[in-house]
Amino acid sequence: MNNINNAFTNGKAFIPFITAGDPSIEITEQLVLQMAEAGADLIELGIPFSDPVAEGEVIQGANIRALSGGVTVDRIFEMVKRIRCKCTVPIAFMTYVNPVFCYGPEKFIRNCKEAGVDGLIIPDLPYEEKGEIMPFCTKYGINLISMIAPTSKNRIRMIAKEAKGFIYCVSSMGVTGVRENIGDEAREMVELVKTVNDIPCAIGFGVSTPEQAVKMTKFADGVIVGSAIVKIVEKYGSECVPYVVEYVRTMKNAIKTM
Amino acid sequence: MVKGRFGIHGGQYIPETLMNAVIELEEAYNRLKDDAEFKEELNSLLMNYAGRPSPLYYAKKMTQDLGGAKVYLKREDLNHTGSHKINNVLGQVLLAKYMGKTRVIAETGAGQHGVATATAAALMGMECEIFMGKEDTDRQALNVFRMKLLGAKVHVVTSGTQTLKDAVNETLREWSRRADDTHYVLGSVMGPHPFPTIVRDFQKVIGCEVRKQILEMEGRLPDALVACVGGGSNAIGLFYDFIEDRDIRLIGCEAAGHGIDTDKNAATITTGTVGIFHGMKSYFCQDEYGQIAPVYSISAGLDYPGVGPEHAYLHDTGRAEYVAVTDNEAVEAFEYLSRIEGIIPAIESAHAVAYARKLAPTMGKEQILVVGLSGRGDKDVAAIARYRGVDIYE
Repeated sequence: MNNINNAFTNGKAFIPFITAGDPSIEITEQLVLQMAEAGADLIELGIPFSDPVAEGEVIQGANIRALSGGVTVDRIFEMVKRIRCKCTVPIAFMTYVNPVFCYGPEKFIRNCKEAGVDGLIIPDLPYEEKGEIMPFCTKYGINLISMIAPTSKNRIRMIAKEAKGFIYCVSSMGVTGVRENIGDEAREMVELVKTVNDIPCAIGFGVSTPEQAVKMTKFADGVIVGSAIVKIVEKYGSECVPYVVEYVRTMKNAIKTM
Repeated sequence: MVKGRFGIHGGQYIPETLMNAVIELEEAYNRLKDDAEFKEELNSLLMNYAGRPSPLYYAKKMTQDLGGAKVYLKREDLNHTGSHKINNVLGQVLLAKYMGKTRVIAETGAGQHGVATATAAALMGMECEIFMGKEDTDRQALNVFRMKLLGAKVHVVTSGTQTLKDAVNETLREWSRRADDTHYVLGSVMGPHPFPTIVRDFQKVIGCEVRKQILEMEGRLPDALVACVGGGSNAIGLFYDFIEDRDIRLIGCEAAGHGIDTDKNAATITTGTVGIFHGMKSYFCQDEYGQIAPVYSISAGLDYPGVGPEHAYLHDTGRAEYVAVTDNEAVEAFEYLSRIEGIIPAIESAHAVAYARKLAPTMGKEQILVVGLSGRGDKDVAAIARYRGVDIYE
């Protein structure tokens, strides 16, 4: 059983996203450890990419800051190894297909296994192309997380049937970023998934407030929050840890007993 | 061949949000490409609006000067809007209209594709928004105004390197926000399937015309075809009909910028490695960790870190050759063609002219060389003047 399943055993899951290396690899390490302590159920760690086409401005900025700080895939693997000496929180990498492909898919996935990474989210690797990475994920026991979007419609059954770990439900159209209103499409997606696969569904894209998280976890198994946290990191830089921790605690408390 | 693949290249590496949009596009294209009404409407637009067929012009003075092969220029610069881009755009915007879309969006580098898209949108009554890198809006200010004149909204892209690749990123982002009523008019033979195929099909008219024209004029096929390659749409358009004619050399000219031994170039096949970006597997300029490299060329239209997957495949199989041409060689060719034939080529096309100047003298006088003159150079005059130290601004 993959460690990711443990993310959904303590009430509704709160899944924070941060970009590794923003503002530095040391701060990222502290953030992971302390977010886990504050109640984060799974941590989504972004491996920065020069051209993140699924990201809005906030996370684009984090990618630029991390890359100009000199972070590389190898340094991120080393950091996860250090974290794993102290903490068992489930960790999923979020990155684009090119950094994985250029590193060598098998080497990348093997290193994930060795470092203690549990899952992989690759937004530009849709169902049709997952053969690029999937055989190695199966071989090394890493969950390749499937995404579905409001436009997926007739594709949801096909994707859900083969999904592992959890399903990342994109709440609304467009790229990542804080939104005021999230539509009801998310609920329909989750309900459809559950008819074909009893797999946890977490809602991402646009979630930032406890009220939104509560609304989403009425039907979903967890929420993923990226831009709202990355904004805090951007604002406070290397002083960000206590502010992020406070935010994570508030969000987890809001949904814990849902 | 697997659907949407050119050897190992191509594919559909895009966010799930866009998958149904490209599937819908593929279905619509397959339905309409052989539809009599669609074909007739497109052919009529190409003939009566864009001015096709474009002439195949025998460059007599250039031939004499170079002292080798007979040089012919395929005059895509004479098309309406001044480049080959109109071929693809009329096809795609018409396709979008048949699909019931009311809005088109597009990226542009030099501005030629943006101008062509804005033109087709005006013609067919569609809303139009163009994404263009800030560096390009600065060096191609006239084209920005031209697009606005045609009724398009121009978004200045300030993310990343602020050039063509970033304009593609932003257009993809915009498409993922709003795909229901919007078609993304991709400007080159790149991106996720079905774009490389659709754009090639709309551009192959270039080579099909060349075959007919050269047979009429010379009674035989050419020995070599030369075209510039950024994403590679005019080159694939020229080459495609000749791929099966194995003894005809197909030569793509990439932008070497300051030189392929410097980091200031955009010669993707010459200096790049296989990667996956902008929806396709192909060659890219990138670092060992797969971060896309900032590229450089004097030509905004060739200033792109990737190349269309079919070119990557033609390179892998050895069917086509790819060479690199520096800024300086291109500028010299720009001036050369202006003086010797009275034709000011686009700085992109000047890369092909530059290589033709090297190649023609090595060929026999009985041989024939066709150069794809993909666009006209009016848009580049101020930039070339600046390159030569003459400080004029548009």
